[in-house]
Amino acid sequence: MKRALVACALLGIGCASAQAPGAQSPTPGERRGDDGEAVVFPSTYERREAPPVLIRNATVLTAAGPRIENGSVLMRDGKIVAVGRDIDAPPGVRVIDATGKWVTPGVIDSHSHLGDYPAPGVDAVSDGNEMVNPNTAEVWAEHSVWPQDPQFDLARAGGITALQILPGSANLFGGRGVTVKNVPSVTVQGMKFPGAPYGLKMACGENPKRVYGQRGGPATRMGNVAGYRTGWIRAAQYLEDMKSDGRRPTRDLELETLAGVLEGDILVQHHCYRADEMAQVIDVADEFGYKVSSFHHAVEAYKIGELLKERDICASIWADWWGFKLEAYDGIKQNAALLHQDGACIIIHSDDAQGIQRLNQEAAKAMAAGNQNGIRITHEDAIRWITINPAKAIGVDGMTGSLEPGKMADVVIWDGDPFSVYTKAEKVFIDGALLFDRLDPTTHHQSDFMLGILPREVTR
Amino acid sequence: MSRLLRAYGPNIMASARRFVPLTLGVMLAVLPASTAHAQTTAITNARIHTISGPTIENGTIVIRNGRIAAVGADVEVPENARVIDGTGKVVTPGFLDASTSLGIVEIGGVSGTNDAATSQERLTAAFNVADALNPRATAIPVTRVEGITRAVVVPGGFQSILRGQGILIHLDGLRADEMIVRNPVGIYVTLGESGAGRAGGSRAAAMLLLREALQDARDYAANRNAFMQGNRREYALSRLDLEALQPVLRRELPLIISVNRAADILNVLQFARQENVRVILSGAEEGWMVASDLASADVPVIINSMNNIPGFDNLGATLENAARMHAAGVTVMLSSFDGSNVRNLRQVAGNAVSYGMPHEAALAAVTQVPAQVFGIADRYGTLEVGKDADVVVWDGDPFEFATKAEYVFIRGHEQLPDNRQQMLFERYRN
Repeated sequence: MKRALVACALLGIGCASAQAPGAQSPTPGERRGDDGEAVVFPSTYERREAPPVLIRNATVLTAAGPRIENGSVLMRDGKIVAVGRDIDAPPGVRVIDATGKWVTPGVIDSHSHLGDYPAPGVDAVSDGNEMVNPNTAEVWAEHSVWPQDPQFDLARAGGITALQILPGSANLFGGRGVTVKNVPSVTVQGMKFPGAPYGLKMACGENPKRVYGQRGGPATRMGNVAGYRTGWIRAAQYLEDMKSDGRRPTRDLELETLAGVLEGDILVQHHCYRADEMAQVIDVADEFGYKVSSFHHAVEAYKIGELLKERDICASIWADWWGFKLEAYDGIKQNAALLHQDGACIIIHSDDAQGIQRLNQEAAKAMAAGNQNGIRITHEDAIRWITINPAKAIGVDGMTGSLEPGKMADVVIWDGDPFSVYTKAEKVFIDGALLFDRLDPTTHHQSDFMLGILPREVTR
Repeated sequence: MSRLLRAYGPNIMASARRFVPLTLGVMLAVLPASTAHAQTTAITNARIHTISGPTIENGTIVIRNGRIAAVGADVEVPENARVIDGTGKVVTPGFLDASTSLGIVEIGGVSGTNDAATSQERLTAAFNVADALNPRATAIPVTRVEGITRAVVVPGGFQSILRGQGILIHLDGLRADEMIVRNPVGIYVTLGESGAGRAGGSRAAAMLLLREALQDARDYAANRNAFMQGNRREYALSRLDLEALQPVLRRELPLIISVNRAADILNVLQFARQENVRVILSGAEEGWMVASDLASADVPVIINSMNNIPGFDNLGATLENAARMHAAGVTVMLSSFDGSNVRNLRQVAGNAVSYGMPHEAALAAVTQVPAQVFGIADRYGTLEVGKDADVVVWDGDPFEFATKAEYVFIRGHEQLPDNRQQMLFERYRN
């Protein structure tokens, strides 16, 4: 049993939360994943039961191909069953006439701090950054997530169906991130995306330097890189010791996470602004044999689009943030457009409780910056930036992120073109269940925190 | 003695007495004619939002000598005029963002380039951002190319509840004195949760400090000679700060007060009545909850309609704040409250419309309304003959993301997209 636990924590992607949706709750002490190994902090998420739904007459952006005019999407038992022009309504199906409306996959944010930096923004619940050591790979963001953060509800009203919650960026190794379904829940386990791999948050540049410069270092960018390499050397040794026939070392939470990266089970999510630093991080990854899944913020990604394309690394970027610190000084609105020209993987992320409510608008700004500067970007291109591409970067693209049969029925009906400033998410389905309907206030979930402290007429 | 509104020490007081007091009244900067254009430009066949009157479908607007020379449906194009075919285009006044840090912050995180605030807690009401304005800030051309032609520049402040004086600038010029349109526009005050923090931990303390400042300023004005001779009690503020508050006491200059909670807003309205001062609210995220009070007190608000994250200072924050206040008759101005991304003012306005504010009201909230509130409506804010030619030609609805500002004129001077970001883009596009 002990051996299984260690192996799980060390090796298993399935360890994260492998319980199938709808499976019976495991008995404490007997939680096992698909591979039979024990699971720690398993997901207890279960999809809401919902009748089958057929959406008709919509403009459908599938994130997997050309748009479908007058299109239909059929969902049943939490899954997408069919997408196309002419789909018959099976008996018992709820038919939604979406004439004049658009349908897209649920919006996914690859970079959020909801729950870890919740509203209200007071110290008592500010739990996003373990700023005690430049290497805190041992912490897990999910252990800070406050599920009553009212910002989850605001994000759902913006079409967000899944998000990766990451630790902050003070540390070289910030800790594990967790991917959740954006459903109301009393526990974070009830939100954890079944089968999603963990992420490891890392950080380049100014933040670690600033936080630790007077506290023992790193004080410089060369100190940052030395810190990464030192961590990976120890992780590689730990992995070797764990696999040897001799006496195994005591479990080490920090090294378990880093070893999980070297084993390919945990995806690296690296906060990095400058092109030159991203190139150095890629060299570090080569030295230790791991892959960076996505550079986050990446305001200079446009300078190395070909490199990112060649290495299959997604750039998680803002549409237009720049100038708030020196490493963001070269941020340009055409970042996504230039990456598009190079064929690189583009993600519009938020890192922000306001921005996550409007990732469609942020993508629209980045799309316009291309189209206004001679780089043609279609709706079909831009929808991928906030759906299938973030799904890929956080390792859930096999399950969600596009409207294709067999995938989770994470679907948004918009009341118009999703890239118009006047368009709002009207209906948001998660695993086929209608969890937000702008036209039906009874679906407007409010967290416990918001109860009784506001006049009733408040809507956000 | 308060750590935030501390009187000058004895030595400084002694040296201050050597100077004759200045009267720092409201100063309207003299506008040089250097940017005026000799060329006459006519934009024809466009949909023209004059703001002052009905929208003109298929109209012409003529720009000459930096001013609007003609506007209407039946305007003749002058001979030798440069003609811009506005078919399918939309023309509006250039936009004004009512609260920014343009020109006083280059890079927020690089302290040597950030002049928005001082940690000198003895500097309060007299602190004036005009003395720090950098006309070559890279954010200015990045902003104006997107159709924003004017901005209020606001002191940040992080020690005192009295943050200092803001100014109104236009975004075309290479010298601060060319760009400053109005100086000051008001004295900025922080109350609410943030003000409580500055005042030592209580909203009540922040209000008390503000009352003390005004009462001292009044006493000082009535007893200047005695003060100069050293025959008056100590004041909470320095001499220059007390002088700076005089136009507030005369109702010539507003206090622009950052406040969000409905209860705090009502306190501010009561304070303004009692002290007989003009106030403008900034933030006002729970403004909709007391909208009728704001309307009947005729107190304008500056808001970002996209702010809806609840905190204990703004539990009622909602995307419908702009619409609800407008419907109740409140004078609403919109702002990005930003420095590097003031260009997102368009998105702020679009979201206000999306959540119920009439389109024309949102247009006015970034043009005519701030022009009236800040006292420059004689020169800017609408497309009327004689006004400064801050004119933008858009290829569609100015609030839509896909829309581009094709031509931007500031006081008749055409702006080119030659900013640093465009240069980086051009460098890396091939």
